[in-house]
Amino acid sequence: MKRLLKYLKDYKKESVLAPLFKLLEAFFELMVPLVMASIIDKGIGGQDTGHIVKMGLCLLVLAVIGLVAAVTAQFFAAKAAVGFSTKLRQALFDHIQGLNFTNIDKAGTSTMITRMTSDINQVQSGVNMVLRLFLRSPIIVFGAMIMAFTIDVKSAMIFVVAIPLLAVVVFGIMMWTMPLYKKVQSNLDKVLGITRENLTGVRVIRAFHKEEEEEKRFCDYTEALADSQTFVGKISAIMNPVTYIVVNGAIIALIYCGAIQVNLGNLSQGEVIAIVNYMSQILVELVKLANLIVTITKALACADRIAGVFEIENGSVLRESEEGSADHKMQGGEIPFLVFDHVSLTYAGAGAETLHDMNFEVRKGETVGIIGGTGSGKSSLVNLIPGFYPVTGGAIRLNGTDIRNMSENELRNRVGMVPQKAVLFKGTIRSNLQWGKEDATEEEMWQAIDTAQAREVVEGKIGKLDAEVAQNGKNLSGGQRQRLTIARALVKKPEILILDDSASALDYATDAKLRAALRELEGNTTTFIVSQRASTIRHADKIIVLDDGEMAGLGTHDELMKNCDVYREIYFSQYPEERLKAAKEGGR
Amino acid sequence: MAHSTEKKNTSQMTTLKTVLQYIRKYWLLVGLSLILAAVTVVLTLYIPILTGNAVDLLLGKDAVKFDGVFAILKKIGIAMLLTAAAQWVMNTCNNHITYHVVKDIRERAFHRLEELPLKYLDSRSYGDIVSRVIADVDTFADGLLMGFTQLFTGVLTILGTLLFMLVTNVPITLVVVCITPVSFLVAKFIASRTYSMFKLQSETRGEQTSLIEEMIGNQKVVKIFAREEKVKEQFAEINGRLEKCSLKAIFFSSLTNPCTRFVNSLVYAGVGIFGALLAIRGGISVGRLSCFLSYANQYTKPFNEISGVITELQNALACAARIFELIDEEPQVPEVPDAYVLENVRGNVKLENVSFSYVPEKKLIENFNLEVKPGQRVAIVGPTGCGKTTLINLLMRFYDVNSGRILVEGKDIREMTRGSLRTSYGMVLQETWLRSGTIRDNICMGRPEATEDEVIAAAKAAHAHSFIKRLPEGYDTVITEDGGSLSQGQKQLLCIARVMLCLPPMLILDEATSSIDTRTELRIQNAFATMMEGRTSFIVAHRLSTIQEADIILVMKDGNIIEQGNHETLLAAGGFYANLYNAQFAG
Repeated sequence: MKRLLKYLKDYKKESVLAPLFKLLEAFFELMVPLVMASIIDKGIGGQDTGHIVKMGLCLLVLAVIGLVAAVTAQFFAAKAAVGFSTKLRQALFDHIQGLNFTNIDKAGTSTMITRMTSDINQVQSGVNMVLRLFLRSPIIVFGAMIMAFTIDVKSAMIFVVAIPLLAVVVFGIMMWTMPLYKKVQSNLDKVLGITRENLTGVRVIRAFHKEEEEEKRFCDYTEALADSQTFVGKISAIMNPVTYIVVNGAIIALIYCGAIQVNLGNLSQGEVIAIVNYMSQILVELVKLANLIVTITKALACADRIAGVFEIENGSVLRESEEGSADHKMQGGEIPFLVFDHVSLTYAGAGAETLHDMNFEVRKGETVGIIGGTGSGKSSLVNLIPGFYPVTGGAIRLNGTDIRNMSENELRNRVGMVPQKAVLFKGTIRSNLQWGKEDATEEEMWQAIDTAQAREVVEGKIGKLDAEVAQNGKNLSGGQRQRLTIARALVKKPEILILDDSASALDYATDAKLRAALRELEGNTTTFIVSQRASTIRHADKIIVLDDGEMAGLGTHDELMKNCDVYREIYFSQYPEERLKAAKEGGR
Repeated sequence: MAHSTEKKNTSQMTTLKTVLQYIRKYWLLVGLSLILAAVTVVLTLYIPILTGNAVDLLLGKDAVKFDGVFAILKKIGIAMLLTAAAQWVMNTCNNHITYHVVKDIRERAFHRLEELPLKYLDSRSYGDIVSRVIADVDTFADGLLMGFTQLFTGVLTILGTLLFMLVTNVPITLVVVCITPVSFLVAKFIASRTYSMFKLQSETRGEQTSLIEEMIGNQKVVKIFAREEKVKEQFAEINGRLEKCSLKAIFFSSLTNPCTRFVNSLVYAGVGIFGALLAIRGGISVGRLSCFLSYANQYTKPFNEISGVITELQNALACAARIFELIDEEPQVPEVPDAYVLENVRGNVKLENVSFSYVPEKKLIENFNLEVKPGQRVAIVGPTGCGKTTLINLLMRFYDVNSGRILVEGKDIREMTRGSLRTSYGMVLQETWLRSGTIRDNICMGRPEATEDEVIAAAKAAHAHSFIKRLPEGYDTVITEDGGSLSQGQKQLLCIARVMLCLPPMLILDEATSSIDTRTELRIQNAFATMMEGRTSFIVAHRLSTIQEADIILVMKDGNIIEQGNHETLLAAGGFYANLYNAQFAG
């Protein structure tokens, strides 16, 4: 919570003024019983109509002042709460945007989204409530006690006993229920989980005919949820009756004490009424407070979750700033364009190495194919090039400069990547292509579209470049999306282009055309192609064969066919008749 | 406009009726809660009278009637204890009713979910359905609970107070009654002003949420293109707008309280002045006046609460309507009364004149005939999105044919139970789905009673054993929803193991090995081959190498079956299949 409070700093004025005006309002409210006592004692007792009217007007004035103070307080409270949450939301969003890949993997998307939305909203209403009411209640409670002191010290002593008692009740129940609410929340998570599971897995569940068992499981979860809710409800339900007993018990004591004092002539009737009124005011405040406490409890829990995101350390793999990123070129000789110098990678928290001793050089303009089995580390390898994950051994050098010495912008501007998952963003085809290059001309875009074999996709849409793209590109087929994501990377005209299994949804013919077009790219683009299809990488200048995180082979297709068992096996698994042919030739 | 509000009202009424039906089950508790509410209200109203009476006995120095005061104090004590007890029991009842009604509704909704046709589920966003079952029901629960606890006591308090006041003193009561409507006017004025602001706020919020979902959900892409700054700017723009409209909405809505409190003060002042003037003429005792004053405080409070509760209830009803909409959704065609349980399947599958389309305007499969004999392998090929999966939807009866029929062992599949039909097929889909639980739970899904050896044998056959063994807890490793840290290929291996364990008489493999590397695939193919021995199987694949050995190859394009035959005949025909086949060798 403390961590989050700094976002309230810009609203210091508001956060002070809001409770201050609340205080003012409460103060005027506390005057009311005094005025009333005066009406009763002087007005009625002294048969003084003039006094009654005068005091009556006084009540009206108090009411108006109270209204003005309250409205002002509400305004400042709303301003502080909204301003706070706006700042917090932006800061959280910025923070999440800044997370590196390792942390993104760890965090989990759906919980990030809930934290950004519903958790922040909860905290906002929590702050608003605290500024508005949480301070008002203690002010009224203690104010009432002080006022009671001004009337009669002996009666006021009853307040001194009652108030701590009430505090114990209120905070005791709050402490008791807080963990219970968390339990309710986690039970709700389970219900949500199984509902989602049954939607995403509907085909499997029905195929195995598990509908009834799933229903039984669901009922178990809702049962547990209802039980925990009822239980915490039972405990929270104690609060009101108990405070009621304490306050009314105090009123009994006050009347008793008042009776003695009146009998002794130390107190007037009106004064007893005033004191009783103060006690009633406390009760009204406490009922309000009780309703509030759930809000506050929830807000605190949510604030904890948000603070949890901020606590994710955010070390970038690369340099944060542009300064001093001058090339530290090695002296002498021709420098290879891109060098993997005995690179290893172990993901944070993982037990074993994902990549071990990757050692190769790539010249400018070359096409590099990367092939290997499921989980052999193909994607991991290409993700190292733009510095998405920190290498844990060795170094990657671009033009002789260790990429760890380059700034994020410098490196990423040179690398264009088409990720495995073809994602487009809400907007138009044009706005999506602009991700690659903000000020791309129409011509540049069409060029990229042509290379990506996406012309028919774009021309088939109403509005062409300005055709609408739904969120996640839902209104396009998988193959169409894939081609557009390739175009998006091409608009950037990157020095290094990485295709991470990004043609999987394309049929063989389109895939072949795409590769042909890529080869003809101007400007010496160095291309990395990750694929499971041997046909896709067959004509690459260099093929890297990965097997369980190790380099099992490096060379051209022909070389690898000769000296790399893993490659041969992959190739033959896709071209069985070539195996026969090879076998025959070998036999001859 | 008038018409639309009318319509809204009737739909609200039907929703309310449905809600009442759910509550009816708990009528005993509801009755108890209502009685207790009445008791609470009467007692809370009675206590100020007692207090007033007591004060009346404090006449002045040496004139206090202690006996009377004690008697009254005793009464206050008893009334107070009774109220507290009644309050607690009432609250507990309300909690019980609310949370159990909610549980019932959720269970009904889930039950319906299990029965809804895939046609419905495929066309909805899951997020929307989940938010109906979770968030909407939650909001509904809040509203219902608030309604129970505050609406009824609120109304009773107002009526009770009025009654008590009338009995005590008519003129002062009139003063109170005359001033209160102001409170309504103020509340209504504010509510009508804030409605549009709240709407704008929730719209802006929605806009922001979808940006958040998009950008955080695809954050890696954002990073790949180094768009962080741009995205932040975009967010800041919406955030700024949200700040403005939130401030307005929150500020204006928060005016309700001070304003009604102001009216409250007016009532208080009115009662004070008028009562005091009356008291001078002896029209009312001081004690009674004090009692009146505390009524004046109590009387207006429920008005605030009720206006709050009513907005809350309207919100709750809107949410309830959304969940009822789901519950009232047409379920899949029920099974025929004496549905046949499919047994002893040998693998005869026949499609007769089958026509099917998802939407009437767009014809898909027309007049399709196919006969598969036991043990035959049917492969379905074609470019992406050509409707390969549609055929599987029909075989599994996820969708029903529009015309024609599908026969298994000579019987129309619509005449047998869905469960027996579906469990006759072993299905592995491209979209791997695992549930949260242990690896073992996932493999055993189709046969929970399987022994450890059987599980391991199935995992070995699917080439999953070696990676499972390396997991921290082996077969007892708990995986999160949707497989969590497992790679796509590993997940697919688990799905295959799941089917290997059941060994049903027929198989459906829809791109079952698409995420597995070709070498592992080759090994699995061997396992598949053993498994398919003597089993009718349907295979969808885009790797042509995997389907060459099929007995029947169906070539689909744009939803139609354009070619049919085996590898050799199709190649010889030199049609679409031949083109596809040759394309994979093109460089």
